[in-house]
Amino acid sequence: MSSLHLHQLCKHYGSVKAVDHVSLHATAGSRLAIVGPSGSGKTTLLRMIAGFEFPDSGSISLNGQTLAADGRALPAHLRRIGYVAQDGALFPHLTVADNIGFGLTDKGHARQQRIAELVEMVALDQHMLQRWPHELSGGQQQRVALARALAQQPQLMLLDEPFSALDTGLRAAMRQMVAQLLGEAGISAILVTHDQAEALSFADQLAVMRQGRLIQSGTPQQLYSQPADETTALFLGEALILPAQVKAGQAQCALGEIAVNDGQFCGAGRIMLRPEQLTLQAEAGAASAVMAQVVECDFGGHSSLLSLRLPELASPLQLRSASWPLPARGSMVALTVQGRAHLLPA
Amino acid sequence: MPSTSSSTSAAAAAADTLHPTTSPELRLPGRRLPLWLSGSSLLVSLLALLPLAFIIAISIQTGWETVVRLVFRPRVGELLFNTSLLVVLTLPLCVALGIAMAWLTERSNLPARRIWSALAIAPLAVPAFVHSYAWISLLPAFNGLAAAVLLSVIAYFPFIYLPAAAALRRMDPALEDSAAALGLAPWAVFRRVTLPQLRLAIWGGGLLVSLHLLAEYGLYAMIRFDTFTTAIFDQFQSSFNGPAANMLAGVLALCCLLLLSAEAASRGTARYARVGAGSARQAVPARLGWRWGLPSLLLCLATAALTLGVPLLTLGHWLWEGGGEAWHNAALWPALRQTLLFGAAGAVLTVLAAVPLAWLSVRAPSRLQRLQEGCNYITSALPGIVTALALVTITINFARPLYQTVLTILLAYLLMFLPRALISLRAGIAQAPAELENAARSLGCTPGRALWRVTLRLAAPGAAAGMAMVFLAISNELTATLLLAPNGTRTLATGFWAMTSEIDYIAAAPYALLMVVLSLPLTWLLHYHSKRTAGR
Repeated sequence: MSSLHLHQLCKHYGSVKAVDHVSLHATAGSRLAIVGPSGSGKTTLLRMIAGFEFPDSGSISLNGQTLAADGRALPAHLRRIGYVAQDGALFPHLTVADNIGFGLTDKGHARQQRIAELVEMVALDQHMLQRWPHELSGGQQQRVALARALAQQPQLMLLDEPFSALDTGLRAAMRQMVAQLLGEAGISAILVTHDQAEALSFADQLAVMRQGRLIQSGTPQQLYSQPADETTALFLGEALILPAQVKAGQAQCALGEIAVNDGQFCGAGRIMLRPEQLTLQAEAGAASAVMAQVVECDFGGHSSLLSLRLPELASPLQLRSASWPLPARGSMVALTVQGRAHLLPA
Repeated sequence: MPSTSSSTSAAAAAADTLHPTTSPELRLPGRRLPLWLSGSSLLVSLLALLPLAFIIAISIQTGWETVVRLVFRPRVGELLFNTSLLVVLTLPLCVALGIAMAWLTERSNLPARRIWSALAIAPLAVPAFVHSYAWISLLPAFNGLAAAVLLSVIAYFPFIYLPAAAALRRMDPALEDSAAALGLAPWAVFRRVTLPQLRLAIWGGGLLVSLHLLAEYGLYAMIRFDTFTTAIFDQFQSSFNGPAANMLAGVLALCCLLLLSAEAASRGTARYARVGAGSARQAVPARLGWRWGLPSLLLCLATAALTLGVPLLTLGHWLWEGGGEAWHNAALWPALRQTLLFGAAGAVLTVLAAVPLAWLSVRAPSRLQRLQEGCNYITSALPGIVTALALVTITINFARPLYQTVLTILLAYLLMFLPRALISLRAGIAQAPAELENAARSLGCTPGRALWRVTLRLAAPGAAAGMAMVFLAISNELTATLLLAPNGTRTLATGFWAMTSEIDYIAAAPYALLMVVLSLPLTWLLHYHSKRTAGR
């Protein structure tokens, strides 16, 4: 069975706890994304898995092989773990072909053939092989870095914000290509990023880190709809957070009575809704609809930011909506909630 | 299914079964900084402190009364006056000429600017004492303060020209445009905006010129102008290793330290880099017109005639006089071989010694490391004669077998020229960030192989440039070589010196020519680098 286990990993830099007792388990063939703001320890975690840094305590094992434990560690070059850095880290003194072939032990024709295969895998042109790294665009450099790491036939591929230097359109295309490529090759991957949209779309497992700690892990859907706390909720996307009186799985709040995902809790709490759970209508259709007045409408193209005044709320509710036609300022709209609200822990 | 297993004991137990025991392949992580690296860098820096330690030790040993008697006497006052006068007169002239030439070649529409620019750097290819030789053999009565000032300006104004030209080239013309838009006349723009931007170049270049004025021996000895350095040398020749020479060396070292601290204090905290994003536009050259163009052209012509015309003319004359016979001098070719040998050995040794320091300054900068670097800079700023005297005294008293051996002279070169190697080497190592080494290791290279295949390969051009700089510095070195070279070995510089001391100008000419030829690559390198740092 192929899988990665991190157990109680710790790493200090002086008095700063870069990684603080992190335990995580990623299954074989999966794509794990570690997200967190900068300085959250996610890159340190990745570098410990790669073998560039050694944990102070805790252990790492991959496919049953111990990589680090008890202050001892397997050196990076014996791990067979691919690593793609933020800027590609191509060797400037070698051509594209020599960069890709850097870790190959094959010689002569076999080597040429393998390099050609790898270039094809990452959808680069064969005529790029004799170019120098500085003659390539950012996206091409990342493809070369990926091909170079793939040449090792790694058990695991580590991606350290490899798309962040690319422009928006290219970023999405590269992300899809990498996800598909690694899936076809059956290589597990770990992506580190501070971009939640990137993490949600790339991963089938998501881990959120903050201040060196692992806050929550699970499927992207799970984390998006049931975040562990308010900060995580807001980090993963826009959210409406409302005070509510909760009793027997029902929450009473400014938007009326809404079902919550916790049947046990009783008392005052706070609930979270994602904007796409709310529907705007010009007239009250359903009995459960709540009327609100549009006080501000900030047009933003495909979605617009509405400020809605609700009778029971002191400050207006900010809601991003893609509804059409856009309600005029001062008009009344009816709000309906779909699905359950998530009860945030106190 | 992923899990955060930190809390549940079941998961912890499962994790324990997954890591049964530490497998034998696991190693203790290596130290981030190998001990030998920090150790050898410390050793090199301690060596660099030898000359200063020597001066302090000798002052203590000599005793306060003798020190007072040797230092506070009319002769020292006379030398101090002479040397200060030389600096005070030469420096403003160098600055004025350097800036004028820099502005003309970088910012005006002077015809053939590229050529004038190359000609302004070219005097550096002629060793200072060869300038002296060219003039004294042309005008035998050429001596005294005026001659010293003229020759100093000729030999050293490129030290101001180079940084000033580079600063002008880098300067954002938008600054000057803004000043003009604020209502300043052209001359006021130059005085209030351009000149302050050149401050770093002027101070840095000025320091370099002053240190050379204090350290130079051959130039002033040949025109019989007494400075500290020539007096120390005379004293050394008459009384060998006496306290008088050592005390003079102490005063000279003190002067150098004073200059260094004055420059450091005056550098200030003002910002000179461009504020804001994007890259600067190229400046539109100022139109000189006839009224200014003609005098400007005459200035360039006169400078080139004095700095290059005279040496070329005299050298050509003596070479012509000597004909083919001068080249059959039995001592000439051994001297060339000796120079190449000293240069090559010194260059390799110096660059090797600079590796730990350069490595630490790029990969693990710290206060201790900066302190060590400071030691090396101070020592290399001391005149060669001070370092040489220190090594003479130390080897005679503590390591007699090393006195006047190749080892001692190579050590002197190491102490004098280490920063030249350090600067190039540091730039080279900075070309190979640790990230690339990590990438190589993740591709299956052992740490040693990663170092060899990536870092050393990328740092090699920097190391080569450093070696070239040191090599060329050694091939023109006169003072320390005269004091420390093993008996009977002559380099081009000391051979040339011996010939001119016998007023055999014809025999000296081939030596001078060979030194100029050896220096040309360095000059070209400086020219090339100054263009490249400006991105053109």
